[in-house]
Amino acid sequence: MIRKIKQRPEDWLTVTPQGLYCVPGDFYIDPPGAVARAVITHGHADHARPGHEHALTTPQTLDIMRHRFGPGGVPDGQSLDYGTSLRIGDVTLRLEPAGHVLGSAQAVLEYNSQRIVVSGDYKRRADPTCAPFEVVTCDVFITEATFGLPVFRHPDAGDEIAKVLHSRKTNPARSVLVGVYALGKAQRVICLLRAAGYDAPIYIHGALEGLCALYERHGIALGALRSVTDAQTGELAGQIVLAPPSAARDRWARRLPDPIVAVASGWMGVRARARQRGAELPLTISDHADWDELTRTIHDVEAEEIWVTHGREEALIRYAALHGISARALSLVGRDEEESQ
Amino acid sequence: MKAFARLLDALAFQSARNGKLQLLQEYFATTPDPDRGYALAALAGDLKLRTAKPKLIRELVTERVDPELFRLSYDFVGDLAETAALMWPATEGHCDPDGSPGLTDIVEGLNRLTRSDTPEQIADWLDRMDATTRWGLLKLITGGLRVGVSARLAKTALAELGHVAVSEVEEVWHAFDPPYTEIFAWLEGRDPVPDISKAPTFRPLMLANPVDESELLAFDPTAYFAEWKWDGIRVQVVSQRDGNGTLQKRVYSRTGDDIGDTFPDILDGIDFEAVLDGELLVVRDGVVAPFNDLQQRLNRKRVDPKLLDTHPAHIRLYDMLVAAGEDLRDLPLRDRRVRLEDWFGKTQPTRFDLSPILDFSSWDALSKIRAGARDSGIEGLMIKQADSAYQAGRPRGPWFKWKRDPLLADAVLMYAQRGHGKRSSFYSDYTFGCWRQDSNGSDVLVPVGKAYFGFTDEELAQLDRWVRNNTTNRFGPVREVEPGLVFEVAFDSIHPSKRHKSGVAMRFPRIHRIRWDKPIEEADRLESLEALIE
Repeated sequence: MIRKIKQRPEDWLTVTPQGLYCVPGDFYIDPPGAVARAVITHGHADHARPGHEHALTTPQTLDIMRHRFGPGGVPDGQSLDYGTSLRIGDVTLRLEPAGHVLGSAQAVLEYNSQRIVVSGDYKRRADPTCAPFEVVTCDVFITEATFGLPVFRHPDAGDEIAKVLHSRKTNPARSVLVGVYALGKAQRVICLLRAAGYDAPIYIHGALEGLCALYERHGIALGALRSVTDAQTGELAGQIVLAPPSAARDRWARRLPDPIVAVASGWMGVRARARQRGAELPLTISDHADWDELTRTIHDVEAEEIWVTHGREEALIRYAALHGISARALSLVGRDEEESQ
Repeated sequence: MKAFARLLDALAFQSARNGKLQLLQEYFATTPDPDRGYALAALAGDLKLRTAKPKLIRELVTERVDPELFRLSYDFVGDLAETAALMWPATEGHCDPDGSPGLTDIVEGLNRLTRSDTPEQIADWLDRMDATTRWGLLKLITGGLRVGVSARLAKTALAELGHVAVSEVEEVWHAFDPPYTEIFAWLEGRDPVPDISKAPTFRPLMLANPVDESELLAFDPTAYFAEWKWDGIRVQVVSQRDGNGTLQKRVYSRTGDDIGDTFPDILDGIDFEAVLDGELLVVRDGVVAPFNDLQQRLNRKRVDPKLLDTHPAHIRLYDMLVAAGEDLRDLPLRDRRVRLEDWFGKTQPTRFDLSPILDFSSWDALSKIRAGARDSGIEGLMIKQADSAYQAGRPRGPWFKWKRDPLLADAVLMYAQRGHGKRSSFYSDYTFGCWRQDSNGSDVLVPVGKAYFGFTDEELAQLDRWVRNNTTNRFGPVREVEPGLVFEVAFDSIHPSKRHKSGVAMRFPRIHRIRWDKPIEEADRLESLEALIE
């Protein structure tokens, strides 16, 4: 007689050298290299890679991937709307909003009445450029921990944007150069500026143009944008300019009149980090959950187990232990299995 | 405290001097007394405050948050005040902007509290603050703001507030204590210039302009005094009786910082009433020691009694500003010199001597004297109009400095680093090296110095292009380049140094010429630099 033992979640969602692998569905989630079948949580380069034979993600992320990798980089893309269930092998997959960037999703996997949520990157703050994070209760919740230390408490983004506007006002001869990632942060900063009543044209680096246009196509209104390359000499004084963070150190920046270098990132909350990045005006604006959001979320999802991935796993695991929640680092899951064999 | 913390935060991220000045002025203009005065004192390093030990801060935090989470956080942030400020638990509804304590409450509170009451009071303040304000408070009470503001810069901002010269602020500065309400009242036109006659204040120094021989030829040599420019640090000795008849003794640096505590040997030698201008040196048996020896006595919090013996301080006098309460600054130099010599002959103070006046009949003769100077204690010549009054600042004309010709070496560019501010997209800081033989007998370059000026904007653009096209390796903001470009480097002197791999350190190095034409093999060898050590 076969005795039925309790199914362990790590038996059907495992860490392999190719990435996080769902055994009964035969697919990877955000694999770092090209694989046969991949589910993608969002379009950032450390999650979405080109060359998968088959990629499944939200329509917005699929659009972002096609924009970034060209049609050849996503030969067979399939889109799945938020909230729609799809059966893959013996697994049911559903994508729910993660609130990180446009199209970002949590992958909700169900197998033999066990539910694992792979959150990808997420935040809980209001963001007009993407659908808000959806709490999905589950047995196992896989959380990021990019800002998994109690020193990370992101201030209100509106207050940070007020600094940009103040800086612009008090330095009419200079331009304010805000360093932003091309996907997500750029569009969010633009929307925050608009929400603060700034309706003048915003100048953008060429690397941001395509994704800004893509956001517009998805119904995110960004207002008047102008290309820095087309600007006349003198036109950029007193203007707000957005560019990838590295551009400030690039020869490209020489066309700007004595720029005030602002950097919008969650790391800016720690002064040594902000100085390292050469920020004169650090703006703590993050698309990742801060400490309070992370700790709130691991309570909200009511999971039996929390798996913590990329970032400062140790502190979040410590927090969970102090609150009677079972948690471990995801990278250790694979190693544990090896040791038990 | 909130406004002061915001100021500190902004200053910490502002690397440009003008940007810092703008922030300081804005703060002084919009902050009421006495807060701004205490802020000024804190920035100028003149705020006497009962400080809190790092241990106390650590205890306060770990009473409130898990010690393990604190350890992990501190490990990441690397700064105790910042870690504590960021992770201090927010007290709901407690942190209203009006309820947060002011800088004055904090300064006065700390000086009133007993040691045992202090921790509880600090915790209460922290509860009522936001993260940036907590950081500012913790920086203030743990000592060392480190936001890149010198006392001089703070005073410059203050002077601009009152539209006066910074020398005027420096002159009254030492007559008052924090929170300097008298100084603010004067600068804002509410009070006349304060009376400082009874205070041992700093008299702003008279400085000289650089000159070369061709410029000197236009002047009449008999109208000038010449003396050696000694290679120490310029100081002003102030000794006068206060209202109670007590002798107040000060040794001020060029920028008006009181460095007397570092030089008790000098203070002990003062038993007179005068204000004197001179050069602080280390002198052994009448011989001036290299600048490096003096360097070891500077910027020390605690005086090392051994160094007092091995590195005895001495002041070589140039000028006399006040004699027995009489201000001599409006007299011509020749009369001041007579007063100085008379006074010196009568007083014979220990640890002081006179800088001799050199005898010369023509500029050519003086040039020969200058060329013959090989003493390591001599930086060049001072040439002063005999009828010049003692004026604050660097007036054009009356005083010149004619430095010794710089030493030159050909060195090879090895590393380049991006600059700051306007130069942040340019590789503008250059590390260069000379040849030496390694243990295998082959020639290798070893860094001998670093310079970031001496070239035009146009040359900077060319250098930047060269660096970008010849990069072999990157380390953060630094690029290693393929050896291929020779600089003719100028420097004032060169000294042995244990801190540098090459074993030598250049004083005041700058790029003299860019030798686009010169093959790197023809650059100097380390041995020829070592031969220049005096």
